[in-house]
Amino acid sequence: MTTPTKEHSLGLADRLGGSVDAVGAEARAAALSTRSIKKDSKMWALELAIRCCDLTSLEGQDSPGKIRQLASKAMRPAPGNPEIPSVAALCVYPRLVKAAKEALAGSTVKVASVAAAFPSGQSPLDLRLEEIERAIADGADEIDIVISRGAFLAGDDEMVFEEVSRSVEVAGGAHVKTILETGELGSYDRIRRASLIAMAAGTHTIKTSTGKISPASTLPTALVMAEAIRDFQDATGTAVGLKVAGGIRSAKDAIRYLVIVHETLGDEWLTPDRFRIGASSLVNDLLMQIDKQKTGFYSDPDRYTLD
Amino acid sequence: MTKWEYAPAPEATEIVSVKDTYGNYIGGEFVEPNSNEYFKTINPATEEVLSAVPVADESDVDKAVSAARKAFGTWSSMAPGDRAKFVYRIARVIQERAREMAVLETMNGGKPIKESRDIDIPLAAAHFFYYAGWADKLEYAFPGRRAEPLGVAAQVIPWNFPMLMLAWKIAPAIATGNTVVLKPAETTPLTALMFAEICEQVGLPPGVVNIINGAGATGAALVKHPDVDKVAFTGSTEVGKMIQRELAGTHKKLTLELGGKAANVIFEDAPLDQAVEGIVNGIFFNQGQVCCAGSRLLVQESVAEHLLDKLKRRLATLRLGDPLDKNTDIGAINSRAQLDKIKRLVGVGVEEGAELFQPACDIPERGFWFPPTIFTGVSQSHRIAQEEIFGPVLSVMTFRTEDEAVEKANNTPYGLSAGIWTEKGSRILWMADRLRAGVVWANTFNRFDPASPFGGFKESGFGREGGRHGLEAYVKLVAP
Repeated sequence: MTTPTKEHSLGLADRLGGSVDAVGAEARAAALSTRSIKKDSKMWALELAIRCCDLTSLEGQDSPGKIRQLASKAMRPAPGNPEIPSVAALCVYPRLVKAAKEALAGSTVKVASVAAAFPSGQSPLDLRLEEIERAIADGADEIDIVISRGAFLAGDDEMVFEEVSRSVEVAGGAHVKTILETGELGSYDRIRRASLIAMAAGTHTIKTSTGKISPASTLPTALVMAEAIRDFQDATGTAVGLKVAGGIRSAKDAIRYLVIVHETLGDEWLTPDRFRIGASSLVNDLLMQIDKQKTGFYSDPDRYTLD
Repeated sequence: MTKWEYAPAPEATEIVSVKDTYGNYIGGEFVEPNSNEYFKTINPATEEVLSAVPVADESDVDKAVSAARKAFGTWSSMAPGDRAKFVYRIARVIQERAREMAVLETMNGGKPIKESRDIDIPLAAAHFFYYAGWADKLEYAFPGRRAEPLGVAAQVIPWNFPMLMLAWKIAPAIATGNTVVLKPAETTPLTALMFAEICEQVGLPPGVVNIINGAGATGAALVKHPDVDKVAFTGSTEVGKMIQRELAGTHKKLTLELGGKAANVIFEDAPLDQAVEGIVNGIFFNQGQVCCAGSRLLVQESVAEHLLDKLKRRLATLRLGDPLDKNTDIGAINSRAQLDKIKRLVGVGVEEGAELFQPACDIPERGFWFPPTIFTGVSQSHRIAQEEIFGPVLSVMTFRTEDEAVEKANNTPYGLSAGIWTEKGSRILWMADRLRAGVVWANTFNRFDPASPFGGFKESGFGREGGRHGLEAYVKLVAP
């Protein structure tokens, strides 16, 4: 286990503490979702959302062929339009990291692998850490781990702290995103607490959901996590990223998340280094909205490639 | 673009048709004033003239009161269920024309469109729906007694929530069988005149609702009129006292909803991020031109610095500008006179030695504007801690214990509202028992509902509006 430093200790999460009023948090998120984003500011947001996208496929039926196709989509979301940027990363299961790495060779798109017994986290820690090591060895640039919700809900904060800090350690410099699976935590207070523990343990990004259970990411959840990130930065000077994932399919939703990040954490977070959206089908709606902004019309959905 | 700037998103104004000139609405018709005098009403965000509105003199007031008296007989004897239908229909039409009304409210008053659209107008409709429901159920509101209408109600309302205050006044009055003469504030007459059109639209019998215009002199003539049975006033404590003196010894029933200097009390265990939102909503909602605004922040010393850091950062994200823009958080001050008053009192705060904080923000060239402002290092003995500023100005004080919080919160001539922020339920109840304020919010602020009574202690007035309590102001209770 890493030696706890002043910045990285469970005591830091305790010291930051704090509680969340559910009614107030939901009201604030709802108020921010009424922001009206138009014209240039909308184009900018749509393009940013593509750049922040972790194009994701996490299915039992995923095969190397499927991942190669998705890699192509990740690099060139709109083949006919070179102005459209690549997404941030392709997010896959560990067994498919190699295929993804090969397919993405020479591009800016990162390979992200879920690991550490995704999605439940219910395996012994040594096996989970080994899974991370293997994914890294196969070429993963980023690792999306899950916390042990069972341990957290049973009050074993030390275990959550330890699994995150050891995961960061074995990832050896690779970017580690920690999935809190907020839909299983039951309250915003616990979402805040889990965010603080994961950040104190050294994760680079905190992430809402696996996408495997409902509810997945919600606007108030993202708000509460963004507020925890801001408090953590105030206390330590360390900027931690935010990733929202699960059920985000429309450009409208993506923009609402960007507004929350913008008005809570500021412009510095509006970059793929600090903000990600995990999604499988969002990109095409973003592309369709970009065309709508340019031409005033919605195009035929078949004009957007399905990989 | 390295910074994400939101493009302008103005609400379209074509939906609103404002006439060049209006009459007073008396006996179901828009009539020219006997006074032959008109005044201009403007958009405070642009100083552009919107329309000319008549000044009602004593003879116009008399005409309106007579029309209301004439309508009282049939209106009060109508089957309550039928009266309810009219009130219900008004609520429906307000909903149908909500966007038009919200845009007009914002044009005439300067408040952000998101507030008039999401709060003022929906709540106004909700009040009419709520009191439509009571109209034929008064025997349940006052069991064992019979509720009879009073007669003609004279109602004088302020400029901060023109349409919502109209709804608070007119809905319970007509639902219980009274007829009304209402005078909107001189700076914000237009939604009330649109409401007069709605009365026509729903076929309300002529004279049940009369709307006259003018400033203080018109209001004084109205409340003095001998054929008025009930006076309801919302506005300044100073004018409220004048009205009470005027009415002493008459048969007229009176309710007053006056000023405030509410304490918003933040304990160290409060959910701080939501408390920050509550503070912002408490004092910057409608540019702080709210009688129940949380204008005094009492924060426990142990978290004061941390909370103020958060609050100041949040202030920097508030968007001041065109009230019609859907992304505007802080609109225009209602009038030049009000802006001058705010500037004067802020000057006093600086002279008294309080520390002023204002975030950097661009102030439009035309119109009346004041940036969100925080004073720290304020003492109870400062004027900015005692006097109602009625603007976006927050005075911050600290406390150490619950007893001290209660003592400071109550140490004001007013007593309209208060807020408590803590995770501890027993502390909320303990505080609420001791705070001398008509409304006490727990872990929220400036929340309104037609079913919840609203009104003051001490110099914030008497009588309650809203809820079952709100009916009492418009009925006399007799043996069944």
